[in-house]
Amino acid sequence: MVLAIPLTQAAVGPFRSVQRLRQGDDNLMLTSINHDIATSFSRRRWLAAAAGLVLGLTGFTGAKAADDTIKVGVLHSLSGTMAISETTLKDTILFLIDEQNKKGGVLGKKLEAVVVDPASNWPLFAEKARELITKDKVAVVFGCWTSVSRKSVLPVFKELNSILFYPVQYEGEESERNVFYTGAAPNQQAIPAVDYLMKEEKVKRWVLAGTDYVYPRTTNKILEAYLKSKGVAQDDIMINYTPFGHSDWQTIVADIKKFGSAGKKTAVVSTINGDANVPFYKELGNQGIKATDIPVVAFSVGEEELAGLDTKPLVGHLAAWNYFESIKTPANEKFIKEWQAYTKNPKRTTNDPMEAHVIGFNMWVKAVEKVKSTDPDKVIDALPGTEAPNLTGGVSKMLPNHHITKPVFIGEIKADGQFNVVYKTKDLVPGDAWSKELDGSKDLIGDWVGKKCGNYNVKTNKCLGSGS
Amino acid sequence: MLACLRAFALSLLLVAFAGPCLAGPFEDAVAKLANDDFSDTEEAIGTIASSGNPLAYPIIGALKDERLFADGETKKVFIKQDDGKVIDAATGAAIDSLPDSASAVSLNNRLRRTVDAALGGLTLLSPDLATRLAAAQSVFKSHEEAVLPTVEGALAKETNRTAKTALGEARAAILLFKSDASEVDKLEAVATIKARGDQEAMAMLSDVGGDQPVAVAKAAAAGVASIQSTLAIWSTVQNAWYGLSLGSVLLLAAIGLAITFGVMGVINMAHGEMVMLGAYTTFVVQEVIRTRYPGMFDYSLVIAVPLAFLVSGAVGILIERSIIRFLYGRPLETLLATWGLSLVLQQAVRTLFGPTNREVGNPSWMSGAFELGHMTITYNRLWILCFTLAVFVILLAMLRFTSLGLQMRAVTQNRRMAASMGIATSRVDALTFGLGSGIAGIAGVALSQIDNVSPNLGQSYIIDSFMVVVFGGVGNLWGTLVGAFTLGIANKFLEPVAGAVLGKIAILVLIILFIQKRPRGLFALKGRAVEA
Repeated sequence: MVLAIPLTQAAVGPFRSVQRLRQGDDNLMLTSINHDIATSFSRRRWLAAAAGLVLGLTGFTGAKAADDTIKVGVLHSLSGTMAISETTLKDTILFLIDEQNKKGGVLGKKLEAVVVDPASNWPLFAEKARELITKDKVAVVFGCWTSVSRKSVLPVFKELNSILFYPVQYEGEESERNVFYTGAAPNQQAIPAVDYLMKEEKVKRWVLAGTDYVYPRTTNKILEAYLKSKGVAQDDIMINYTPFGHSDWQTIVADIKKFGSAGKKTAVVSTINGDANVPFYKELGNQGIKATDIPVVAFSVGEEELAGLDTKPLVGHLAAWNYFESIKTPANEKFIKEWQAYTKNPKRTTNDPMEAHVIGFNMWVKAVEKVKSTDPDKVIDALPGTEAPNLTGGVSKMLPNHHITKPVFIGEIKADGQFNVVYKTKDLVPGDAWSKELDGSKDLIGDWVGKKCGNYNVKTNKCLGSGS
Repeated sequence: MLACLRAFALSLLLVAFAGPCLAGPFEDAVAKLANDDFSDTEEAIGTIASSGNPLAYPIIGALKDERLFADGETKKVFIKQDDGKVIDAATGAAIDSLPDSASAVSLNNRLRRTVDAALGGLTLLSPDLATRLAAAQSVFKSHEEAVLPTVEGALAKETNRTAKTALGEARAAILLFKSDASEVDKLEAVATIKARGDQEAMAMLSDVGGDQPVAVAKAAAAGVASIQSTLAIWSTVQNAWYGLSLGSVLLLAAIGLAITFGVMGVINMAHGEMVMLGAYTTFVVQEVIRTRYPGMFDYSLVIAVPLAFLVSGAVGILIERSIIRFLYGRPLETLLATWGLSLVLQQAVRTLFGPTNREVGNPSWMSGAFELGHMTITYNRLWILCFTLAVFVILLAMLRFTSLGLQMRAVTQNRRMAASMGIATSRVDALTFGLGSGIAGIAGVALSQIDNVSPNLGQSYIIDSFMVVVFGGVGNLWGTLVGAFTLGIANKFLEPVAGAVLGKIAILVLIILFIQKRPRGLFALKGRAVEA
């Protein structure tokens, strides 16, 4: 950076003289050009030599530093529309690294976090991923939230053969060798939520509202197929998409109200992501849509997103996750206490993607210590079968399709922004990478242990290849 | 679920004719609440509501507000009253403090409906009008037969007209679904519900099943059809309202730009950031009020408006003096320079306040909504519309009646002539830029109420502002007004048909086509210098 200033000055020099040409006095012009070019060239040579020397020195010292620590990449948006959700995940990884270093690090070396900000800009995610792997030489990356960001970085991870731990619930239809999905697949979140509404609230009409990108579109496709298989008519399903950051919800909320007054019990299944949730819930509150009339179950709204909202009008609306901060287990209470001490904020919340990072991080550490190396190929092969405790009293296992087993909880929003668990599965549910509801994927499984294939068709016994 | 409701509703009869009740069942029911199991709680609510015990209403009210606490071990249940005092739910005796092992009795949505229905039955005869209205509404929704005598009793005693109508509708709802009500009664009930005419009435009439007499079913279907057509008309009016409110937002954001663009011909890409600065000023004002003077929260916006004007105006004048002044007559350079400036301002705010959204609260007079006919009007949008029109009128008055306004208009029409007449054009430029930015700051105060306050706030409004200014005509305030409201209404009528994303695209395409025909916009300024 320090070099930039003298270098640009050297570069600009000759151009400045060209500018004077335009304004010009002819005599002045000739002498000034000669003078400028002459001095700028010798100035340039001197600067170039100095630059080369400094670069060489930094390169040398830089290489030395890499041997002492294991670098862990953090690829979460710290600004933009997704910052509301992702900033806390960056802090979680820093906390986990801190805790691990207190235990002596991994393989005797300290862990070092390399944090980048892709700023909710999807192509920038790919660039930053490449920077983390090639320039910073990280051993593993914890990152991404939206599916579009994950799809953007997939080619980079495949090409450079690194590891990504993806902690967020998503739409499935994917099982990549270089990615480990510690968030929920649709059968661990969306389908149980719909089942709960059908059984408990006897919902007959459905509004599927989402942000316009791959995750809501695919999830809604799966849910539409599932609802139709349960006998719901097409007229009883209303699907609606809005852009990221949408703030004018008046029309859509009024449409939901209208759709819900046809005499049958209606519910909204919301895959709205990012800070568009804030004006959405505000408008629900303003137009008086109470959870007892039209409940809204959200898949991307957790304690963190509710922290910036007045939750009193939202009491009773639901969320489906695999973890809630309000679940009382010794592991969870310990985690919350240590987390609030680390962030020096006694009111700091925890949420499901944070727990996913905790599980993923611990699994990675276990795998690295098992193979005594951070080499991606060895770690990737060692991860399936690894077990790590979750924060709700169970033990999660990494499956051959690179998903993990998770319990499912449905919670209702309380006035203080926490969730009250109203339903939970008895056992941990294994994640299905390929949804059984869609024709294109019901015969596919992911198996990186036996078949070494992410989309293996069990009917035709063929691997569909990297078309996943 | 309805079976459950009916089961305990039958015993709600006892509420009106409350006789002495057995001590046993009430205490048992209260103890059941301590199990914190949803089905146990549901049964307990039923028994408590029908017990006639004077503690029934406090217990169920506390349960609804999450003020009911239970100790799982001792099976004791406590009510935390509004004044903070704790009483034992079964006996009403005062307790010193809540035991540590007590936790709030939890509810789910199904239980909340049960609680609402129970409260409705218990409060029909309450002395408070608002409570009676709420009770009538919840009876209308749950329409349980057993409450009928209470409703008829309340109807006979009622003097207030609104409450009488509400109770009449509640009675109609019960009669419609009562199995042994006469056909005449049911037809009357259908007529009453049809007269109510809103979406809930329509939902209820649609629910009339095949088990009803043919005439009743036919009347209900006719009722549904007529309500639907009324509601369709109202929904058009509602869409127009939404369009007006969206238009007012666009107008607020664009009016400052219209002035700077019109007077100086400067394309200010940092305009959105002026809006953002106004929103952050509101946040700072609210933070100060929250920590030092919490009682003044409702006045926070009134304080924030002049402050935001000054902050954004000052920044605007600073920008004009330091950057724009040197780039007159060079639109591309101005565009680039102000674009770079917008990035600098965004990052400055991000560094100062952090990249995440900041919470700006709505004062109490801006929350909620009211019904106008069959239209819901939210207070925040209503206030923003009024505010926008006020700002517009003040600006027009300023341009028309003050000397600065006269100078601004002169410089817009013919800069060189104005300079020849002795007007200090560079001073007018600086003040105009400051005024435009100040208005943008005021817009930020209003927008902070309906949108997220983040460093990127400006980015979502800059494109819309330019659209409005280009469409409406540069330099003309009336053009901006008409342009903003036209775009708002068009957007809102397209949205139900095409969806939010396609609606926006369609608007952009329409504007592009419009500009082909009329490059200067709707209300173009005419004059020799302008057309030069």
